[in-house]
Amino acid sequence: MRLLCSLVAICLVLLSGRALALIETYEFSSPALEARYQQLSEELRCPKCQNQNIADSNAPIAQDLRKLLHQQLEAGASDEEILDYMVARYGEFVRYRPRFGGTTVLLWLAPVLLLLAAIGVLLATLRSRAKVADNPDASLTAAEQARLQTMLDKSERDS
Amino acid sequence: MGPRFKLFLPLFLFALLAIVLFRGLFLDPSEMPSALIDRPLPSFSLPALGGDRQLSREDVTGEVALLNVWATWCVSCRVEHPYLKQLADKGIPIYGLNYKDSDSAAQRWLDELGDPYRLNIADREGTLGVDLGVYGAPETYLLDANGVVRYRHVGVVDAQVWETVLEPLYRELKTGQVAP
Repeated sequence: MRLLCSLVAICLVLLSGRALALIETYEFSSPALEARYQQLSEELRCPKCQNQNIADSNAPIAQDLRKLLHQQLEAGASDEEILDYMVARYGEFVRYRPRFGGTTVLLWLAPVLLLLAAIGVLLATLRSRAKVADNPDASLTAAEQARLQTMLDKSERDS
Repeated sequence: MGPRFKLFLPLFLFALLAIVLFRGLFLDPSEMPSALIDRPLPSFSLPALGGDRQLSREDVTGEVALLNVWATWCVSCRVEHPYLKQLADKGIPIYGLNYKDSDSAAQRWLDELGDPYRLNIADREGTLGVDLGVYGAPETYLLDANGVVRYRHVGVVDAQVWETVLEPLYRELKTGQVAP
């Protein structure tokens, strides 16, 4: 009895998850269109809930955009046309992969620039370390070496 | 680069980061510039609220005006409604875009709370909303005399927003309209 109850409970939980996942379904005339729908709805950002794409968001505007996306795909629009349509209305913001250029240059180049800067710092550090390792005495001038020696002698005498 | 300068480098980097992050505290990421700024209001053909007239772009353009996107399901719209009435009383032309709403509910709202709008476009499916780049109500667009979108405000229009942001732009467009 107990087992049956828990089985029923598990089934209910699984079913409710499924009901939540099914916000709306669209019929596609070909599997290729459906694949493009998936891909585009994951790439388009919901303007209202900014950290979600329109596939994940349940905001009314995301529902509208999914509907539009479906209509346009069925009407035979290319990916480029659909993205242009969305960008013309909601700005470059609506794409999770914005076009290169204008205000997005820094966004695209920042990782490369930071990597180059990191490599530069690494090389400089390694080189200065190598210099010290090659010639340990080079870091001290003769006068400094003499002063160090007197200090060492003094501390030896004191102890 | 002197060794002394190198010593202070982390401090400089910290200060720079602190300035950037401090500025970030006062930025509102939900405030996006409209993609439609300085572009003409999209053309449309939608029914008028409370009438069987078909409205088009020409019905709401021709002078400097506000286009207010509202709906009865939008709580903030109820907040801004009294102020819109004040603006309308001052003679500011305001057009309404009733966004994804039911006509009867919208009509009841106007009957009960008053009607600041010259005309109301009934955008039941939100098609004009998408063309405008609306992502939630309320939004208010400032149109110039040629029907070009000059500014978009997302959120409630209150005395502060009107006086500091919208009114200066509105006045500027008005005087610009008289000059040529």
